Amino acid sequence: MKPAGVKPGPGEEQAAGRFLEAERASRGPGSASARQDRKDWTALPRRGAAKPPSSLLSIRKPISRKAQLTLTVLSFVIPLLAWVVLSATQVVSPTFLPGPVATLQAGWEMAQSGQLFTDLWDTLRRIVYGFGLAVLVSVPVGIAMGTFMAGRALFEPFLSMVRYLPASAFIPLMMIWLGIDEESKIGVLFLGTVFFNTFMTADVVRSVPAQLINVSYTLGARRDEVLRKVIMPHSLPGIIDAIRVNIAAAWNLVVVAEVVVSTTGLGRRIMQSQRFLETDQIFAILIVIGICGVVIDMLLRLLRNRIGRWAT
Amino acid sequence: MTGTALLDIQDVGKRFQARGRDVLALDGISLRVARGDFLCVCGASGSGKSTLLSLVAGLDTPTAGRITVDGVPVTGPGPDRGLVPQADSLYPWRTVERNVAFGLELLPVGPAERARRVDWYLAETGLSELRNSLPRQLSGGQQQRVAIARALACEPEVLLLDEPFGALDVQTKEDMQVLIRQVWQDTGTTVLMVTHDVEEAVFLGQRVVVLESGPGRVAADIAVDLPAERDLAIKRTPGFLSLRARIEDLVRAQHHTAGQATG
Repeated sequence: MKPAGVKPGPGEEQAAGRFLEAERASRGPGSASARQDRKDWTALPRRGAAKPPSSLLSIRKPISRKAQLTLTVLSFVIPLLAWVVLSATQVVSPTFLPGPVATLQAGWEMAQSGQLFTDLWDTLRRIVYGFGLAVLVSVPVGIAMGTFMAGRALFEPFLSMVRYLPASAFIPLMMIWLGIDEESKIGVLFLGTVFFNTFMTADVVRSVPAQLINVSYTLGARRDEVLRKVIMPHSLPGIIDAIRVNIAAAWNLVVVAEVVVSTTGLGRRIMQSQRFLETDQIFAILIVIGICGVVIDMLLRLLRNRIGRWAT
Repeated sequence: MTGTALLDIQDVGKRFQARGRDVLALDGISLRVARGDFLCVCGASGSGKSTLLSLVAGLDTPTAGRITVDGVPVTGPGPDRGLVPQADSLYPWRTVERNVAFGLELLPVGPAERARRVDWYLAETGLSELRNSLPRQLSGGQQQRVAIARALACEPEVLLLDEPFGALDVQTKEDMQVLIRQVWQDTGTTVLMVTHDVEEAVFLGQRVVVLESGPGRVAADIAVDLPAERDLAIKRTPGFLSLRARIEDLVRAQHHTAGQATG
């Protein structure tokens, strides 16, 4: 810190003297005695060099593109192979474990008859209504919770209790209240997703840096402008992420609800197939559900990356 | 100084409740800043200098005294007191250009007029080439330029700088010091800057105020008797060095008393 190579003026010499004095005072007891104290210390033992780990298992180190691709392909091929072997050797009876061919055939038949698509459409429609309603409610409530202390006080304690009530437990109640038609399934879907989506939205909104909000006020923004022009755009990618997570829960719930009470939908079809021991159909439907989930997740991720390009 | 100070801080105090304890962060601060002045507030960490700035910005309210800008009491934040924080204050989803335009978009200013003004401040801060970049594509120094341009675009009465170069490397910091000094001369804006870097304070300020620590009080108010035209070479002149040493001494003395009081 001290300027070097410049002749100090008389006033500065005095100042520098005080400066050095303060420096010395802050350093405490002399370092020579401290060295004496440690005279009988033995040298700290050293460990030998660690065995270099294989490049695949180094913590958070990138792996080659080829290795990455191989591992991903393997993750699909190995279960598929196990499935083929188990069913072809008939170790497990085909009644319990239909082979891939039988499954494909069952799926093809269902697709041919058009039944698969009407079921899929019914299930999707329930998700759109039930989860859509949940999003319409949870996003504004979550924003209110994350923005206003009053919103937090009003919603958080109550909602954090009811969110642990399992939605599937509401199915009987929903049947009594809303009947066995669409409303009860939409109601279950709504109840099962609305609370979690609210909390996740609130967390996203709360993570808008206070500094950004403060600066906006000093640039002349009013409260509603801070909400619209700062909090909302900053939160949008996170809100879509929350929706991505919770739509998976919606898929779970809709099938559960359909298994219990429905005349249509993929869940219902699974129940019917079970009754006639048509496990090949069950397998086909499970695969369809899996593919749908992946497609929806991909679409939402695409949307999020588009909107949240600034964040990554 | 004349009786007509633009920024008038009158006997301001600030008390906090921290872990059930009552902490007096600022006590009896009185400062008057004339229009067009460049005042640097220096102090060790814990001297309450950033607190003082947020009081002037209106982001926090003093527990004693009052602050006026052009005779009007400060009751909350407003575009007459533009703020440049230390780092990470840009809107990450807005381009450089649209960050600078933020304040103007809130005013009844036509698009052509807005674009004209944004262009001027981008050019003034050397950002014209980067106008379409996103904040994450910029270096720390470039980001601070945007924050400065954004605050200036609202034509504030007072520009408040809260350790704006504290997170930058030394070379970038010096570039920014030259830039802010140039901007100050070009725009004639009044600047209140908080920093712990005495060299920076002496280089930039027309006046340097040293804050005492715990509670923050004005320990010294020193006029910087250096020519108005300053470049980095002035940092090696005897006049600069002796002033810097004198103020460093004062800050350091405050630092030690504070250390003994709390530790």
